[in-house]
Amino acid sequence: MAERILTRNFHLPESHTLRVYRETGGYEGLSDVLAMAPATIIETVKRSNLRGLGGAGFPTGVKWGFIPKGYQGPVYLVINADEGEPGTFKDRYLLEKDPHGLIEGMIISAHAIGSRLAFVYVRGEYVQPWRIFSRAVQEAYDAGFLGKSILGSGVDLDVVVHRGAGAYICGEETGLISSLEGKKGWPKLKPPFPAVRGAFGAPTIVNNVETICHVPHIVQRGASWFAALGTAGQGGTRMYSVSGRVARPGVYELPVSVTLRSLISEHAGGIANGRRLKAVVPGGSSAPILTADEIDVTMDVDGLKNAGTMAGSAGVIVMDESVSIPEALMIVARFYAHESCGQCTPCRESTGWIYKMTRRIVEGKGRKEELDTILDVARRGAGTTICAFYDGAVGPYISYIEKFRDEFEALIPQ
Amino acid sequence: MQFTAEQLALVRRLQALYPDKRAALLPVLQLVQDTFGYISLEAEEYVAGLFDLPPAHVHEVVTFYTLFFQEPKGRHVVSVCHNLTCHLEGAPTVLAHLRMRLGVDVGATTADGRVTLLAVECLCACEMAPMLQVDDRYEGNLTPAKIDRILEGLA
Repeated sequence: MAERILTRNFHLPESHTLRVYRETGGYEGLSDVLAMAPATIIETVKRSNLRGLGGAGFPTGVKWGFIPKGYQGPVYLVINADEGEPGTFKDRYLLEKDPHGLIEGMIISAHAIGSRLAFVYVRGEYVQPWRIFSRAVQEAYDAGFLGKSILGSGVDLDVVVHRGAGAYICGEETGLISSLEGKKGWPKLKPPFPAVRGAFGAPTIVNNVETICHVPHIVQRGASWFAALGTAGQGGTRMYSVSGRVARPGVYELPVSVTLRSLISEHAGGIANGRRLKAVVPGGSSAPILTADEIDVTMDVDGLKNAGTMAGSAGVIVMDESVSIPEALMIVARFYAHESCGQCTPCRESTGWIYKMTRRIVEGKGRKEELDTILDVARRGAGTTICAFYDGAVGPYISYIEKFRDEFEALIPQ
Repeated sequence: MQFTAEQLALVRRLQALYPDKRAALLPVLQLVQDTFGYISLEAEEYVAGLFDLPPAHVHEVVTFYTLFFQEPKGRHVVSVCHNLTCHLEGAPTVLAHLRMRLGVDVGATTADGRVTLLAVECLCACEMAPMLQVDDRYEGNLTPAKIDRILEGLA
Protein backbone atom coordinates (compact mmCIF):
# COMPACT_ATOMS: atom_id res chain seq x y z
CA MET A 1 0.00 0.00 0.00
CA ALA A 2 1.46 3.32 -1.07
CA GLU A 3 1.88 6.02 1.56
CA ARG A 4 -1.00 8.43 1.81
CA ILE A 5 0.07 12.03 2.31
CA LEU A 6 -2.88 14.38 1.90
CA THR A 7 -5.45 11.91 3.16
CA ARG A 8 -3.36 10.41 5.99
CA ASN A 9 -5.60 11.83 8.71
CA PHE A 10 -8.96 11.39 7.02
CA HIS A 11 -9.82 8.36 9.18
CA LEU A 12 -9.30 10.24 12.45
CA PRO A 13 -12.35 11.67 14.18
CA GLU A 14 -12.02 15.47 14.46
CA SER A 15 -9.29 15.50 11.79
CA HIS A 16 -10.46 19.02 10.91
CA THR A 17 -9.48 20.47 14.29
CA LEU A 18 -6.29 22.26 15.17
CA ARG A 19 -5.78 19.84 18.06
CA VAL A 20 -5.71 16.72 15.87
CA TYR A 21 -3.69 18.46 13.18
CA ARG A 22 -1.01 19.41 15.70
CA GLU A 23 -1.06 16.00 17.39
CA THR A 24 -0.19 14.46 14.03
CA GLY A 25 2.74 16.80 13.40
CA GLY A 26 0.95 19.71 11.74
CA TYR A 27 2.54 23.18 11.94
CA GLU A 28 5.58 21.54 13.62
CA GLY A 29 8.15 22.54 11.04
CA LEU A 30 6.53 25.85 10.16
CA SER A 31 8.94 28.09 12.10
CA ASP A 32 11.91 26.60 10.27
CA VAL A 33 10.19 26.94 6.90
CA LEU A 34 9.35 30.59 7.53
CA ALA A 35 13.06 31.18 8.18
CA MET A 36 13.88 29.85 4.70
CA ALA A 37 14.48 32.25 1.82
CA PRO A 38 11.45 32.48 -0.49
CA ALA A 39 13.65 31.68 -3.51
CA THR A 40 14.73 28.42 -1.86
CA ILE A 41 11.10 27.36 -1.37
CA ILE A 42 10.22 28.18 -4.99
CA GLU A 43 13.26 26.21 -6.19
CA THR A 44 12.25 23.22 -4.03
CA VAL A 45 8.70 23.25 -5.40
CA LYS A 46 10.06 23.50 -8.96
CA ARG A 47 12.37 20.50 -8.46
CA SER A 48 9.57 18.47 -6.87
CA ASN A 49 7.69 18.40 -10.18
CA LEU A 50 4.47 19.41 -8.45
CA ARG A 51 1.90 20.10 -11.17
CA GLY A 52 -1.30 22.07 -10.68
CA LEU A 53 -4.04 19.66 -9.64
CA GLY A 54 -7.07 21.78 -10.49
CA GLY A 55 -7.13 20.93 -14.16
CA ALA A 56 -4.43 22.56 -16.25
CA GLY A 57 -1.49 20.63 -14.78
CA PHE A 58 0.90 23.55 -15.03
CA PRO A 59 4.16 23.22 -12.99
CA THR A 60 3.45 25.05 -9.73
CA GLY A 61 6.98 26.32 -9.01
CA VAL A 62 7.26 27.68 -12.54
CA LYS A 63 3.97 29.56 -12.10
CA TRP A 64 5.25 31.10 -8.88
CA GLY A 65 8.39 32.20 -10.71
CA PHE A 66 6.34 34.36 -13.10
CA ILE A 67 5.79 37.09 -10.51
CA PRO A 68 7.87 40.04 -11.75
CA LYS A 69 11.22 40.16 -9.96
CA GLY A 70 11.59 43.02 -7.52
CA TYR A 71 7.89 43.94 -7.65
CA GLN A 72 7.23 46.34 -4.78
CA GLY A 73 3.42 46.43 -4.41
CA PRO A 74 1.07 43.84 -2.91
CA VAL A 75 0.97 40.30 -4.28
CA TYR A 76 -2.01 38.00 -3.73
CA LEU A 77 -2.34 34.27 -3.27
CA VAL A 78 -5.76 32.99 -4.30
CA ILE A 79 -6.84 29.46 -3.53
CA ASN A 80 -9.21 27.99 -6.05
CA ALA A 81 -11.73 26.02 -3.99
CA ASP A 82 -14.40 26.49 -6.64
CA GLU A 83 -14.49 22.78 -7.31
CA GLY A 84 -16.98 22.23 -10.11
CA GLU A 85 -15.58 19.92 -12.76
CA PRO A 86 -18.16 17.15 -13.14
CA GLY A 87 -16.82 13.94 -11.62
CA THR A 88 -14.54 15.67 -9.11
CA PHE A 89 -14.98 15.87 -5.34
CA LYS A 90 -11.51 15.77 -3.77
CA ASP A 91 -11.23 19.41 -2.65
CA ARG A 92 -14.46 19.04 -0.69
CA TYR A 93 -12.77 16.28 1.34
CA LEU A 94 -9.67 18.40 1.92
CA LEU A 95 -11.68 21.41 3.11
CA GLU A 96 -13.77 19.27 5.44
CA LYS A 97 -11.19 16.81 6.72
CA ASP A 98 -7.86 18.63 6.60
CA PRO A 99 -8.45 22.40 6.53
CA HIS A 100 -5.30 23.10 8.52
CA GLY A 101 -3.26 21.27 5.90
CA LEU A 102 -4.49 23.84 3.40
CA ILE A 103 -3.83 26.72 5.79
CA GLU A 104 -0.26 25.56 6.46
CA GLY A 105 0.29 25.17 2.72
CA MET A 106 -1.03 28.68 2.20
CA ILE A 107 1.28 30.16 4.84
CA ILE A 108 4.33 28.59 3.19
CA SER A 109 3.22 29.39 -0.37
CA ALA A 110 2.37 33.00 0.51
CA HIS A 111 5.79 33.39 2.12
CA ALA A 112 7.40 31.98 -1.05
CA ILE A 113 5.66 34.44 -3.38
CA GLY A 114 5.75 37.40 -0.99
CA SER A 115 2.01 37.62 -0.36
CA ARG A 116 0.57 38.99 2.87
CA LEU A 117 -3.08 38.67 1.91
CA ALA A 118 -4.62 35.47 0.59
CA PHE A 119 -8.13 34.63 -0.55
CA VAL A 120 -9.84 31.27 -0.57
CA TYR A 121 -12.65 31.17 -3.13
CA VAL A 122 -15.08 28.42 -2.09
CA ARG A 123 -17.94 27.46 -4.38
CA GLY A 124 -21.24 28.74 -3.03
CA GLU A 125 -22.87 25.31 -2.80
CA TYR A 126 -20.11 24.09 -0.45
CA VAL A 127 -21.76 25.44 2.71
CA GLN A 128 -20.47 22.76 5.10
CA PRO A 129 -16.91 22.83 3.71
CA TRP A 130 -16.97 26.64 3.94
CA ARG A 131 -18.11 26.54 7.58
CA ILE A 132 -15.51 23.97 8.57
CA PHE A 133 -12.72 25.78 6.74
CA SER A 134 -13.74 29.17 8.17
CA ARG A 135 -13.65 27.75 11.70
CA ALA A 136 -10.16 26.38 11.03
CA VAL A 137 -9.01 29.82 9.84
CA GLN A 138 -10.29 31.32 13.11
CA GLU A 139 -8.47 28.62 15.11
CA ALA A 140 -5.28 29.38 13.20
CA TYR A 141 -5.60 33.10 13.95
CA ASP A 142 -6.23 32.42 17.63
CA ALA A 143 -3.15 30.19 17.84
CA GLY A 144 -0.87 32.69 16.07
CA PHE A 145 -0.51 30.75 12.81
CA LEU A 146 -2.16 33.59 10.88
CA GLY A 147 -2.01 37.34 11.29
CA LYS A 148 0.97 39.53 12.13
CA SER A 149 4.43 37.99 12.49
CA ILE A 150 3.42 34.34 12.44
CA LEU A 151 5.18 32.48 15.30
CA GLY A 152 7.43 35.53 15.72
CA SER A 153 8.92 35.06 12.26
CA GLY A 154 8.20 38.56 10.98
CA VAL A 155 6.10 36.93 8.22
CA ASP A 156 2.49 38.21 8.05
CA LEU A 157 -0.50 36.57 6.41
CA ASP A 158 -4.17 37.39 6.47
CA VAL A 159 -6.70 35.01 4.97
CA VAL A 160 -10.11 35.99 3.60
CA VAL A 161 -12.58 33.20 2.88
CA HIS A 162 -14.78 34.22 -0.04
CA ARG A 163 -17.87 32.38 -1.23
CA GLY A 164 -18.89 32.01 -4.84
CA ALA A 165 -22.51 32.11 -5.95
CA GLY A 166 -22.88 29.30 -8.45
CA ALA A 167 -21.03 29.41 -11.78
CA TYR A 168 -18.70 26.72 -13.15
CA ILE A 169 -16.70 29.30 -15.12
CA CYS A 170 -15.41 30.81 -11.87
CA GLY A 171 -13.15 27.76 -11.57
CA GLU A 172 -11.20 29.20 -14.53
CA GLU A 173 -8.54 31.30 -12.87
CA THR A 174 -9.27 34.63 -14.55
CA GLY A 175 -13.02 34.08 -14.25
CA LEU A 176 -12.41 33.43 -10.57
CA ILE A 177 -10.50 36.71 -10.29
CA SER A 178 -13.36 38.62 -11.95
CA SER A 179 -15.79 37.04 -9.53
CA LEU A 180 -13.55 37.76 -6.54
CA GLU A 181 -13.49 41.40 -7.63
CA GLY A 182 -17.28 41.54 -7.37
CA LYS A 183 -18.15 41.11 -11.03
CA LYS A 184 -19.78 38.41 -13.11
CA GLY A 185 -17.25 35.63 -13.62
CA TRP A 186 -16.05 36.49 -17.10
CA PRO A 187 -12.55 35.20 -17.90
CA LYS A 188 -9.97 37.77 -18.95
CA LEU A 189 -7.77 37.83 -22.01
CA LYS A 190 -4.22 36.61 -21.38
CA PRO A 191 -1.58 38.04 -21.44
CA PRO A 192 -1.24 39.66 -19.03
CA PHE A 193 -1.23 36.49 -16.98
CA PRO A 194 -2.48 36.76 -13.39
CA ALA A 195 1.08 36.38 -12.07
CA VAL A 196 1.81 39.75 -13.70
CA ARG A 197 -1.56 41.47 -13.39
CA GLY A 198 -4.27 39.56 -11.55
CA ALA A 199 -6.70 40.30 -8.74
CA PHE A 200 -7.18 44.05 -8.11
CA GLY A 201 -4.53 44.69 -10.75
CA ALA A 202 -1.76 43.13 -8.66
CA PRO A 203 0.42 40.07 -9.34
CA THR A 204 -1.66 37.08 -8.26
CA ILE A 205 -1.02 33.37 -8.01
CA VAL A 206 -4.12 31.20 -8.28
CA ASN A 207 -3.59 27.61 -7.11
CA ASN A 208 -5.94 24.70 -6.50
CA VAL A 209 -6.63 23.45 -2.94
CA GLU A 210 -4.95 20.07 -3.41
CA THR A 211 -1.87 21.62 -5.03
CA ILE A 212 -1.29 23.85 -2.01
CA CYS A 213 -1.96 21.01 0.45
CA HIS A 214 1.11 19.25 -0.97
CA VAL A 215 3.45 22.17 -0.27
CA PRO A 216 4.21 21.61 3.46
CA HIS A 217 5.19 18.00 2.76
CA ILE A 218 7.40 18.93 -0.19
CA VAL A 219 9.22 21.62 1.73
CA GLN A 220 9.76 19.44 4.79
CA ARG A 221 10.58 16.10 3.15
CA GLY A 222 12.37 17.42 0.11
CA ALA A 223 11.89 17.83 -3.60
CA SER A 224 13.53 14.53 -4.51
CA TRP A 225 11.30 12.56 -2.16
CA PHE A 226 8.19 14.05 -3.78
CA ALA A 227 9.47 13.75 -7.34
CA ALA A 228 10.37 10.09 -6.77
CA LEU A 229 6.77 9.27 -5.81
CA GLY A 230 5.57 10.06 -9.31
CA THR A 231 6.69 9.84 -12.93
CA ALA A 232 9.42 11.65 -14.86
CA GLY A 233 7.26 14.72 -15.49
CA GLN A 234 5.05 14.85 -12.41
CA GLY A 235 5.87 14.26 -8.77
CA GLY A 236 3.81 12.96 -5.91
CA THR A 237 0.45 11.46 -5.31
CA ARG A 238 -2.91 12.95 -6.17
CA MET A 239 -6.46 12.36 -5.14
CA TYR A 240 -8.51 10.52 -7.74
CA SER A 241 -12.27 10.98 -7.48
CA VAL A 242 -13.81 7.78 -8.83
CA SER A 243 -17.53 7.60 -9.55
CA GLY A 244 -20.08 5.92 -11.76
CA ARG A 245 -20.37 2.17 -12.25
CA VAL A 246 -17.67 0.98 -9.87
CA ALA A 247 -18.17 -1.15 -6.78
CA ARG A 248 -16.55 1.39 -4.44
CA PRO A 249 -16.87 5.00 -5.59
CA GLY A 250 -14.76 7.45 -3.58
CA VAL A 251 -11.52 9.40 -3.28
CA TYR A 252 -8.30 7.43 -3.73
CA GLU A 253 -4.94 9.03 -3.07
CA LEU A 254 -2.32 7.25 -5.14
CA PRO A 255 1.01 7.95 -6.83
CA VAL A 256 0.40 9.53 -10.24
CA SER A 257 2.11 6.52 -11.81
CA VAL A 258 -0.94 4.36 -11.03
CA THR A 259 -2.65 3.00 -14.13
CA LEU A 260 -6.28 3.68 -14.90
CA ARG A 261 -6.87 -0.08 -15.00
CA SER A 262 -5.49 -0.55 -11.50
CA LEU A 263 -7.41 2.45 -10.18
CA ILE A 264 -10.69 1.02 -11.44
CA SER A 265 -10.24 -2.69 -10.93
CA GLU A 266 -8.15 -2.84 -7.74
CA HIS A 267 -8.73 0.35 -5.81
CA ALA A 268 -12.34 1.12 -6.71
CA GLY A 269 -13.33 -2.55 -6.61
CA GLY A 270 -13.97 -3.08 -10.32
CA ILE A 271 -17.17 -2.64 -12.26
CA ALA A 272 -20.34 -2.89 -10.20
CA ASN A 273 -22.82 -5.76 -10.64
CA GLY A 274 -20.42 -7.92 -12.67
CA ARG A 275 -20.95 -5.90 -15.82
CA ARG A 276 -18.25 -5.09 -18.35
CA LEU A 277 -16.43 -1.78 -18.70
CA LYS A 278 -17.39 0.30 -21.72
CA ALA A 279 -15.74 3.69 -21.35
CA VAL A 280 -14.05 6.00 -18.86
CA VAL A 281 -13.72 9.75 -18.54
CA PRO A 282 -10.34 10.01 -16.77
CA GLY A 283 -10.03 13.67 -15.73
CA GLY A 284 -13.38 15.33 -15.22
CA SER A 285 -16.04 15.83 -17.88
CA SER A 286 -13.78 18.02 -20.07
CA ALA A 287 -11.36 15.12 -20.62
CA PRO A 288 -11.81 13.16 -23.86
CA ILE A 289 -13.32 9.73 -23.23
CA LEU A 290 -11.31 6.48 -23.26
CA THR A 291 -12.65 3.11 -24.38
CA ALA A 292 -12.30 -0.09 -22.33
CA ASP A 293 -9.23 -0.96 -24.45
CA GLU A 294 -7.46 2.28 -23.61
CA ILE A 295 -7.10 2.06 -19.84
CA ASP A 296 -3.53 0.76 -19.58
CA VAL A 297 -2.26 4.29 -19.13
CA THR A 298 -0.59 5.98 -16.18
CA MET A 299 -2.69 8.64 -14.51
CA ASP A 300 -0.09 11.42 -14.63
CA VAL A 301 -0.39 14.56 -16.75
CA ASP A 302 1.92 13.30 -19.50
CA GLY A 303 0.61 9.72 -19.55
CA LEU A 304 -2.95 10.85 -20.20
CA LYS A 305 -1.87 13.55 -22.64
CA ASN A 306 -0.02 10.89 -24.67
CA ALA A 307 -3.20 8.80 -24.63
CA GLY A 308 -5.04 11.68 -26.32
CA THR A 309 -6.93 12.80 -23.25
CA MET A 310 -6.06 14.74 -20.12
CA ALA A 311 -5.52 14.30 -16.39
CA GLY A 312 -7.58 17.43 -15.72
CA SER A 313 -9.00 17.38 -12.21
CA ALA A 314 -8.56 13.58 -11.88
CA GLY A 315 -12.30 13.00 -11.77
CA VAL A 316 -12.76 9.47 -13.09
CA ILE A 317 -16.26 8.64 -14.35
CA VAL A 318 -16.73 4.97 -15.14
CA MET A 319 -19.37 3.73 -17.59
CA ASP A 320 -20.34 0.10 -18.04
CA GLU A 321 -21.81 -1.66 -21.06
CA SER A 322 -25.36 -0.62 -20.16
CA VAL A 323 -24.59 3.10 -20.54
CA SER A 324 -25.71 4.89 -23.70
CA ILE A 325 -22.83 7.06 -24.92
CA PRO A 326 -25.08 9.40 -26.95
CA GLU A 327 -27.19 9.98 -23.85
CA ALA A 328 -24.04 10.62 -21.81
CA LEU A 329 -22.90 13.17 -24.40
CA MET A 330 -26.29 14.87 -24.29
CA ILE A 331 -25.94 15.30 -20.51
CA VAL A 332 -22.41 16.62 -20.87
CA ALA A 333 -23.46 18.94 -23.73
CA ARG A 334 -26.32 20.31 -21.61
CA PHE A 335 -23.80 21.13 -18.91
CA TYR A 336 -21.51 23.10 -21.24
CA ALA A 337 -24.47 24.91 -22.81
CA HIS A 338 -25.70 25.91 -19.34
CA GLU A 339 -22.30 26.98 -18.03
CA SER A 340 -20.90 28.86 -21.03
CA CYS A 341 -20.49 32.39 -19.66
CA GLY A 342 -21.60 33.90 -22.96
CA GLN A 343 -18.63 36.16 -23.51
CA CYS A 344 -17.20 34.56 -26.68
CA THR A 345 -19.47 33.88 -29.64
CA PRO A 346 -18.02 30.50 -30.74
CA CYS A 347 -18.54 29.05 -27.26
CA ARG A 348 -21.90 30.65 -26.49
CA GLU A 349 -23.42 29.59 -29.82
CA SER A 350 -21.76 26.21 -30.34
CA THR A 351 -22.45 24.85 -26.87
CA GLY A 352 -26.14 25.69 -27.27
CA TRP A 353 -26.52 24.25 -30.75
CA ILE A 354 -24.49 21.14 -30.03
CA TYR A 355 -26.69 20.40 -27.03
CA LYS A 356 -29.79 20.79 -29.21
CA MET A 357 -28.36 18.48 -31.87
CA THR A 358 -27.26 15.76 -29.43
CA ARG A 359 -30.65 15.94 -27.78
CA ARG A 360 -32.43 15.55 -31.10
CA ILE A 361 -30.28 12.52 -31.87
CA VAL A 362 -31.02 10.90 -28.52
CA GLU A 363 -34.74 11.55 -29.05
CA GLY A 364 -34.56 9.71 -32.38
CA LYS A 365 -35.12 12.86 -34.44
CA GLY A 366 -31.54 13.38 -35.57
CA ARG A 367 -30.34 13.78 -39.13
CA LYS A 368 -27.37 11.85 -40.47
CA GLU A 369 -25.34 14.94 -41.38
CA GLU A 370 -25.64 16.31 -37.84
CA LEU A 371 -22.84 14.15 -36.48
CA ASP A 372 -20.41 15.72 -38.93
CA THR A 373 -21.89 19.15 -38.24
CA ILE A 374 -21.15 18.71 -34.54
CA LEU A 375 -17.59 17.60 -35.28
CA ASP A 376 -17.09 20.50 -37.68
CA VAL A 377 -18.47 23.11 -35.31
CA ALA A 378 -16.44 21.66 -32.45
CA ARG A 379 -13.17 21.74 -34.39
CA ARG A 380 -13.67 25.24 -35.81
CA GLY A 381 -14.32 26.81 -32.44
CA ALA A 382 -11.47 25.15 -30.56
CA GLY A 383 -8.71 27.57 -29.67
CA THR A 384 -10.68 30.67 -30.71
CA THR A 385 -11.99 31.77 -27.33
CA ILE A 386 -10.67 33.75 -24.36
CA CYS A 387 -10.45 30.80 -21.97
CA ALA A 388 -10.14 27.02 -22.09
CA PHE A 389 -13.81 26.33 -21.33
CA TYR A 390 -14.81 25.70 -24.94
CA ASP A 391 -11.73 23.57 -25.60
CA GLY A 392 -12.86 21.54 -22.60
CA ALA A 393 -16.28 21.05 -24.16
CA VAL A 394 -14.78 20.08 -27.50
CA GLY A 395 -12.91 17.16 -25.88
CA PRO A 396 -16.08 15.19 -25.14
CA TYR A 397 -17.97 16.29 -28.31
CA ILE A 398 -15.29 14.91 -30.60
CA SER A 399 -14.13 11.89 -28.63
CA TYR A 400 -17.59 10.52 -27.77
CA ILE A 401 -18.68 10.72 -31.42
CA GLU A 402 -15.44 9.48 -32.97
CA LYS A 403 -15.06 6.52 -30.61
CA PHE A 404 -18.72 5.48 -30.48
CA ARG A 405 -20.03 6.68 -33.85
CA ASP A 406 -21.97 3.46 -34.46
CA GLU A 407 -24.04 4.09 -31.35
CA PHE A 408 -24.98 7.58 -32.52
CA GLU A 409 -25.78 6.39 -36.04
CA ALA A 410 -28.01 3.63 -34.68
CA LEU A 411 -30.26 6.32 -33.17
CA ILE A 412 -30.64 8.30 -36.39
CA PRO A 413 -33.64 7.33 -38.55
CA GLN A 414 -32.54 6.08 -41.98
CA MET B 1 -36.04 47.30 2.04
CA GLN B 2 -33.13 48.32 4.23
CA PHE B 3 -30.43 46.70 6.33
CA THR B 4 -30.41 47.16 10.07
CA ALA B 5 -27.65 49.25 11.64
CA GLU B 6 -25.96 46.01 12.65
CA GLN B 7 -26.08 44.68 9.10
CA LEU B 8 -24.73 47.95 7.75
CA ALA B 9 -21.79 47.62 10.13
CA LEU B 10 -21.25 44.11 8.77
CA VAL B 11 -21.32 45.48 5.22
CA ARG B 12 -18.57 47.97 6.14
CA ARG B 13 -16.51 45.19 7.72
CA LEU B 14 -16.88 43.01 4.62
CA GLN B 15 -15.92 45.91 2.34
CA ALA B 16 -12.81 46.57 4.44
CA LEU B 17 -11.56 42.99 3.96
CA TYR B 18 -10.66 43.62 0.33
CA PRO B 19 -8.23 45.95 -1.47
CA ASP B 20 -11.29 47.25 -3.38
CA LYS B 21 -14.57 47.40 -1.50
CA ARG B 22 -16.54 46.32 -4.58
CA ALA B 23 -15.15 42.81 -4.01
CA ALA B 24 -17.60 42.50 -1.12
CA LEU B 25 -20.52 42.60 -3.55
CA LEU B 26 -21.12 38.84 -3.61
CA PRO B 27 -21.02 38.45 0.19
CA VAL B 28 -23.37 41.44 0.59
CA LEU B 29 -25.80 40.03 -1.98
CA GLN B 30 -25.70 36.76 -0.02
CA LEU B 31 -26.61 38.78 3.07
CA VAL B 32 -29.55 40.34 1.20
CA GLN B 33 -30.80 36.94 0.15
CA ASP B 34 -30.34 35.42 3.62
CA THR B 35 -32.33 38.34 5.08
CA PHE B 36 -35.10 38.87 2.53
CA GLY B 37 -35.25 35.47 0.82
CA TYR B 38 -34.42 36.80 -2.63
CA ILE B 39 -32.87 39.80 -4.38
CA SER B 40 -35.49 42.20 -5.74
CA LEU B 41 -34.81 45.04 -8.19
CA GLU B 42 -35.30 47.39 -5.27
CA ALA B 43 -32.65 45.49 -3.32
CA GLU B 44 -30.27 45.69 -6.27
CA GLU B 45 -30.60 49.49 -6.29
CA TYR B 46 -30.13 49.67 -2.54
CA VAL B 47 -26.97 47.54 -2.73
CA ALA B 48 -25.67 49.56 -5.68
CA GLY B 49 -25.91 52.61 -3.44
CA LEU B 50 -23.85 50.91 -0.73
CA PHE B 51 -21.08 50.25 -3.26
CA ASP B 52 -21.23 53.42 -5.40
CA LEU B 53 -21.95 51.15 -8.36
CA PRO B 54 -24.51 51.57 -11.14
CA PRO B 55 -27.59 49.36 -10.48
CA ALA B 56 -26.92 47.75 -13.88
CA HIS B 57 -23.65 46.33 -12.54
CA VAL B 58 -25.45 44.75 -9.59
CA HIS B 59 -28.20 43.42 -11.86
CA GLU B 60 -25.59 41.88 -14.16
CA VAL B 61 -24.02 40.10 -11.20
CA VAL B 62 -27.32 38.90 -9.72
CA THR B 63 -28.44 37.43 -13.05
CA PHE B 64 -25.08 35.74 -13.72
CA TYR B 65 -24.98 33.42 -10.69
CA THR B 66 -27.36 30.52 -10.20
CA LEU B 67 -27.50 30.81 -6.39
CA PHE B 68 -29.06 34.28 -6.51
CA PHE B 69 -32.85 34.25 -6.66
CA GLN B 70 -34.69 37.14 -8.29
CA GLU B 71 -38.06 35.95 -7.05
CA PRO B 72 -39.25 34.59 -3.71
CA LYS B 73 -38.32 30.94 -3.28
CA GLY B 74 -39.73 28.26 -1.04
CA ARG B 75 -38.79 27.95 2.61
CA HIS B 76 -36.57 25.08 1.48
CA VAL B 77 -34.73 24.58 -1.78
CA VAL B 78 -34.16 21.04 -3.06
CA SER B 79 -31.57 20.97 -5.84
CA VAL B 80 -31.11 17.66 -7.61
CA CYS B 81 -27.82 17.13 -9.43
CA HIS B 82 -28.52 16.01 -13.00
CA ASN B 83 -24.97 15.90 -14.31
CA LEU B 84 -23.21 12.84 -15.70
CA THR B 85 -22.56 10.52 -12.74
CA CYS B 86 -25.85 11.34 -11.04
CA HIS B 87 -27.65 10.84 -14.35
CA LEU B 88 -26.05 7.40 -14.74
CA GLU B 89 -26.99 6.53 -11.17
CA GLY B 90 -30.62 7.57 -11.42
CA ALA B 91 -31.13 11.34 -11.28
CA PRO B 92 -34.10 11.13 -13.69
CA THR B 93 -35.86 8.75 -11.27
CA VAL B 94 -35.06 11.04 -8.34
CA LEU B 95 -36.53 14.02 -10.18
CA ALA B 96 -39.62 12.08 -11.22
CA HIS B 97 -40.19 10.98 -7.62
CA LEU B 98 -39.82 14.53 -6.30
CA ARG B 99 -42.14 15.96 -8.96
CA MET B 100 -44.74 13.40 -8.01
CA ARG B 101 -44.39 13.88 -4.24
CA LEU B 102 -44.28 17.68 -4.38
CA GLY B 103 -46.75 18.08 -7.22
CA VAL B 104 -44.60 20.69 -8.95
CA ASP B 105 -42.31 20.73 -11.95
CA VAL B 106 -38.61 21.54 -11.87
CA GLY B 107 -38.12 25.26 -11.30
CA ALA B 108 -41.39 25.68 -9.40
CA THR B 109 -42.37 26.14 -5.75
CA THR B 110 -45.12 24.21 -3.97
CA ALA B 111 -48.37 26.15 -3.49
CA ASP B 112 -47.83 26.28 0.30
CA GLY B 113 -44.40 27.88 -0.25
CA ARG B 114 -42.64 24.97 1.42
CA VAL B 115 -40.26 23.67 -1.25
CA THR B 116 -38.67 24.94 -4.46
CA LEU B 117 -37.50 22.11 -6.71
CA LEU B 118 -34.47 22.62 -8.93
CA ALA B 119 -32.26 20.51 -11.21
CA VAL B 120 -28.65 21.68 -11.05
CA GLU B 121 -25.25 20.95 -12.54
CA CYS B 122 -22.56 18.94 -10.77
CA LEU B 123 -22.46 19.54 -7.00
CA CYS B 124 -19.22 17.58 -6.82
CA ALA B 125 -20.40 14.75 -4.63
CA CYS B 126 -20.43 12.05 -7.32
CA GLU B 127 -19.31 9.37 -4.87
CA MET B 128 -22.80 9.51 -3.32
CA ALA B 129 -24.71 9.67 -6.62
CA PRO B 130 -27.57 10.14 -7.11
CA MET B 131 -27.53 13.11 -4.76
CA LEU B 132 -29.20 16.41 -4.01
CA GLN B 133 -28.70 19.49 -1.92
CA VAL B 134 -31.45 20.44 0.51
CA ASP B 135 -30.75 23.96 1.79
CA ASP B 136 -27.20 23.76 3.25
CA ARG B 137 -26.98 19.99 3.31
CA TYR B 138 -25.87 17.32 0.83
CA GLU B 139 -27.84 14.06 0.78
CA GLY B 140 -26.67 11.13 -1.31
CA ASN B 141 -27.27 7.51 -2.25
CA LEU B 142 -30.90 8.49 -2.74
CA THR B 143 -33.73 5.99 -2.84
CA PRO B 144 -37.46 6.82 -2.96
CA ALA B 145 -37.70 5.99 0.76
CA LYS B 146 -34.78 8.24 1.62
CA ILE B 147 -36.23 11.08 -0.45
CA ASP B 148 -39.52 10.72 1.42
CA ARG B 149 -37.70 10.90 4.76
CA ILE B 150 -35.89 14.06 3.63
CA LEU B 151 -39.18 15.67 2.59
CA GLU B 152 -40.82 14.74 5.90
CA GLY B 153 -38.11 16.70 7.69
CA LEU B 154 -38.93 19.93 5.86
CA ALA B 155 -41.36 22.15 7.76
